[in-house]
Amino acid sequence: MKFTSPATETIFDTSTVVGKATHRVDGPLKVSGRAPYAYERHDVIDGQLVAYPLGATIAKGRILSIDTQHAKAAPGVHTIITTLEYDELPKDERNVASLFGGDKVVHYHQAIAAVVADSFEQARAAANLITVKYDIEQDLDFDLERQWQQRGTVEPVSATGDFAQAFQSAAKTLDREYRTPGHSHAMMEPHSTLAHWDGDALTIWTSNQMIAWNREALAVTLGLEEDNIRVDSPYIGGGFGSKLFLRSDAVLAALASKASGRPVKLALPRPFVMNNTTHRGETIQRIRIGTDAQGHITAIAHTAMSPTQPGGQGEQATDQTRQFYAGANRLIEHHPVEMFLPESNAMRAPGEASGLMALEIAMDEMAEVLDMDPVAFRALNDTQVDPENPKRTFSDRNFTRCLSEGARAFGWHDRPQTPASRRDGNWLIGMGMAGAYRGSPVLTSGARVRLQANGTVIVETDMTDIGTGSYTIIAQTAAEVMGLPVSAIDVRLGDSNFPRSAGSGGQFGAPSSTAGVYAACVKLREMIAQKLQMPEAELSFSDGAVHSAGEPQLIGTFATDAELVAEDKIEFGKFRSDDHIVSTFGAHFVELRVHALTGEIRLNRMLAVCDSGRILNPITARSQVIGGMVMGVGAAMMEEMAVDRTQGFFANHDLAGYEVPVHMDIPSQEVIFLDTLDPVATPMKAKGIGELGLCGVAAAVANAAYNATGVRLRDYPVTLEKLFPGLPKV
Amino acid sequence: MSPSDVSTAPPSDTDIPCSSVQLTVNGTAQTLTVDNRTTLLDALREGLHLTGTKKGCDHGQCGACTVTVNGRRINSCLSLAVMHDGDDVTTIEGVGTPDALDPMQAAFVEHDGFQCGYCTPGQICSAKAVLEEIRQNVPSHVTKNLMETIPISETEIRERMSGNICRCGAYANILAAITQVAEGSA
Repeated sequence: MKFTSPATETIFDTSTVVGKATHRVDGPLKVSGRAPYAYERHDVIDGQLVAYPLGATIAKGRILSIDTQHAKAAPGVHTIITTLEYDELPKDERNVASLFGGDKVVHYHQAIAAVVADSFEQARAAANLITVKYDIEQDLDFDLERQWQQRGTVEPVSATGDFAQAFQSAAKTLDREYRTPGHSHAMMEPHSTLAHWDGDALTIWTSNQMIAWNREALAVTLGLEEDNIRVDSPYIGGGFGSKLFLRSDAVLAALASKASGRPVKLALPRPFVMNNTTHRGETIQRIRIGTDAQGHITAIAHTAMSPTQPGGQGEQATDQTRQFYAGANRLIEHHPVEMFLPESNAMRAPGEASGLMALEIAMDEMAEVLDMDPVAFRALNDTQVDPENPKRTFSDRNFTRCLSEGARAFGWHDRPQTPASRRDGNWLIGMGMAGAYRGSPVLTSGARVRLQANGTVIVETDMTDIGTGSYTIIAQTAAEVMGLPVSAIDVRLGDSNFPRSAGSGGQFGAPSSTAGVYAACVKLREMIAQKLQMPEAELSFSDGAVHSAGEPQLIGTFATDAELVAEDKIEFGKFRSDDHIVSTFGAHFVELRVHALTGEIRLNRMLAVCDSGRILNPITARSQVIGGMVMGVGAAMMEEMAVDRTQGFFANHDLAGYEVPVHMDIPSQEVIFLDTLDPVATPMKAKGIGELGLCGVAAAVANAAYNATGVRLRDYPVTLEKLFPGLPKV
Repeated sequence: MSPSDVSTAPPSDTDIPCSSVQLTVNGTAQTLTVDNRTTLLDALREGLHLTGTKKGCDHGQCGACTVTVNGRRINSCLSLAVMHDGDDVTTIEGVGTPDALDPMQAAFVEHDGFQCGYCTPGQICSAKAVLEEIRQNVPSHVTKNLMETIPISETEIRERMSGNICRCGAYANILAAITQVAEGSA
C-alpha cells in the first residue's frame, strides 16, 4: 500500500477496537515471568556455553599484548577470543566506533576479549586472569568546556533572514548558555545475545529494537550473507535507543560460538554497559532570542556543541529550534567535537530531549524579561508554517490548545507570580511549565497476516515491542480491520523471518507498524472478496463474519482448505515531508517544593498535555507518556554521566553511581490527550507518542525550581547543592 | 511434586569447589550442586531454569532479582546459593501463572504497571512483601509514629518500593496496582 495523499474517511473513524482502552495482550506473560528475554532461552537449543567480556581500560591507544595463558588454564574454560586474533571488523554505517577486532582502542571498555566457559562463574573468574599491555595515547582532550571556550565558526545548519541584524535591533533580548550532561539509557535488561551456528548460518536470540538493521549490520561486520542470518528478539527489557544498533554482545557471542563450536550466550555486565555501549552526549548550548515590545520573536539563534567519536554527529540539540517557534530571522549552528569518549548516539528523543532542556528554560527567561506569562509568551509565538520555509505547513498542530487546556487543568492561574514568594512551612512552593516538540517520522513497514480456519488471524512482522505496547496495538489494528475480537489475533514479533517492519525507534514504531498491519489486512480482505467474486468495498467485516448482500459467512470458512495468507507493506509518499512537517506537540506542567533549609527538591504533581494524532490505545499511550515524564525527572534532577576528564571515561558506570528516578521521586502524574487526527501522518491518522512525553519535562522542573526559589540554574541536573547558595535568607 | 536433582553446569575440573544445597522453591524440594560462587539468582535462572527472576545489575542496585526467602524479600543477586541450604524460596513463578494470576499480578495488568516487563517480577514480589511488612508493623524511613499502627499509605508504599527500579517509569501505575490490592484485602 502506498500512502501518497492525506487519509480521507477510514474504518478507524468509526472504530470499535483501535483507540479503545485495551490491556496489554502480553501482560499475563510478563507479570508471571513467562516472557522469555534473550539470556533466558534455555528452550531453543541445548549445550549452551557462557561467555564473559573483557573491556579496554584505556580511552585510546594500541594493545601491545593480551596474555591469556592463565585464563585458558582456568577451570571450565573452553576458549578465549581476543581482539588481536581478528582484523578490525567492518563497521555497519550505523555504528560509529569499532565493535571488535584489531589492536586499536578508541574508547574505554571497548570489547577486547571474551572467555567462553561452562558457567558464568568460571568465565568471569577466568576473564579476571587475562593481562593486557597497552601503548596509551597521551594528551587527549576530554574537556567539552575548553572546546566550547575555544570554538571557532561553523557553517550554520540553517540560516533564515538576518539574525545578527534582527537581534541587534530587537526591543528585548536574551543571550544565555545552558549545559546538559551525558545520559545513559540504563534500560533494565543489559544487552544480551545467545548465538548459534549451523554451518555458515548464524542464529542470534538477542535484545534489539531494529531487527532488520541488526541483521544488515551482522552481515557487514561478520562478512555473511543476510539470508544466512536469523535474528530473534520477541521480548526486550527496555532499549530507549541503546539497542537500535548491533552491539558488542552479539558480535562477541557470535564469534565465541564460532570459535567454541557450541551455542554461546553473553550478557554485558552492568558496569560494562555505560562505557561499552552508546549514550546521549553532553551538550553546551547558547540561545539568543530577540522580540519586539509585544513579545513576538523576531530573532532566534541556537548554537550547540557535543562530543562525538570521529564520523559521528553527537547530540544535535538544535533540531527543534528550527521549527518550534515563529520568528523571521533564525540561525542554527551545531559543533560536533571529536572526542574519544564512548560513542554518543541516539537516546530517546535524540536532539529534542537535550535541546528542549535548554530552549524551554530560555523561553521561561525571555517571558520574564518581557514580564509576560510563560504560557502566553509561547502561545503568542506559535506557528502553523515552517518558519524556515513558510510554504511548508504543519500537517496538524494544536500546540496552543496544549498550552491553554494544560493551564486550565493544572490551575496555572494560581502560580506564584514572583519567584520564592510561596511557602508552606519549611517548603518553598513553585510551579513551572515547558513546551514539548518532537517530530513524527515514519518508515516503510511490512506485515504478513494468516487467516486460520478457526477464525483467528496470526500477524507476523519483525516489529519489536520494547515496552511500547506493539503487541497490543498491532492486535487491535488487525482486529479492527478483520472484524474480530483482540483475543482472536495472535501477534508474533521480532523475528527476521517475518516481513521487515519499521522497528522501534524515533517514535516511528507505532504509527508505521500499525499502518503496515493495516495494509496487510486490507490485502487479506481483498483476497476474501475475490473468493466471493465481489468488490471489497461492498463487504463489511464484523463479529467474526464477512457480510455481503447474502448471508453473513464466518471468516474462518475462507481458510477451511488452507490458511489464507496476505503480505503487504506501507510505503509513505514524499508529500508528507515535501509539503508538510508532521510533528507532535505538548505542554508539561510541574509543581514542586524545595526545602528552605536544605535545598531538597520534591515533586508535588505533574501534568502532560499531548497532541499526537489518533491515540491507538489510551492505556499504553499514557504509559509511554508517564514513563517519558519519569525519564525527564531523571534528566532534571539526578542523571549525569560523570566524565573523568583526564582518563576519558564515565566514572559512575552502574545503577548506584548513575542515579535514575525511583518510586519515591515520582508524584501524581496526569496525562491529557487532545482528540486530534492527522490525516497526513498515516492512513490511521496516528503519530508517535513514545518520545514526546520526555520532551520539555526537565525544563518544566527547572523552571518550577526557579519559581520556588528564585535561583535560576542553567547547568543540569538541578540539585540541592547548586540551589543552596542562592536560597532565600531564612 | 517430586524432588529433582539439578546442577548449574557440570564442573569440568575437580578444582572447582562445589556444594550441595537443598532448597524448597515454590513448594518443590530441590537438591542442587552449585559452584560455591553461584548466586541464588543464577541458581534459580541457570540451574532451575526459573528465569522469571531477572538479572538487571547483579549488584543489588536495581531490584529486578527480588524473591522471597522464608517470607522476606531479598535481592537474590546479593546472596550465594550455598547460604540458603534448607531455605524456602518463592519466585514469580510461584506467585501465579498466566491462567491463574495472583491478585497482585492481575492488578499490574489492569493498571498497566509495567512496560518492557523486565523489572516486573521483582516489582511484584516486592509489592506483595511490602504489604505484608506494613501489616506486620515493620517501620520504614517515612513512618511518622512508631508507637501506632502503620497505615498503608501512598508514601509508605513509594518509600518501600524504592529499591525496585523501573526505567520505563511505570511507578504511578505500579502504585495504583498495589493500592488496589491493599484496599481489596484490607
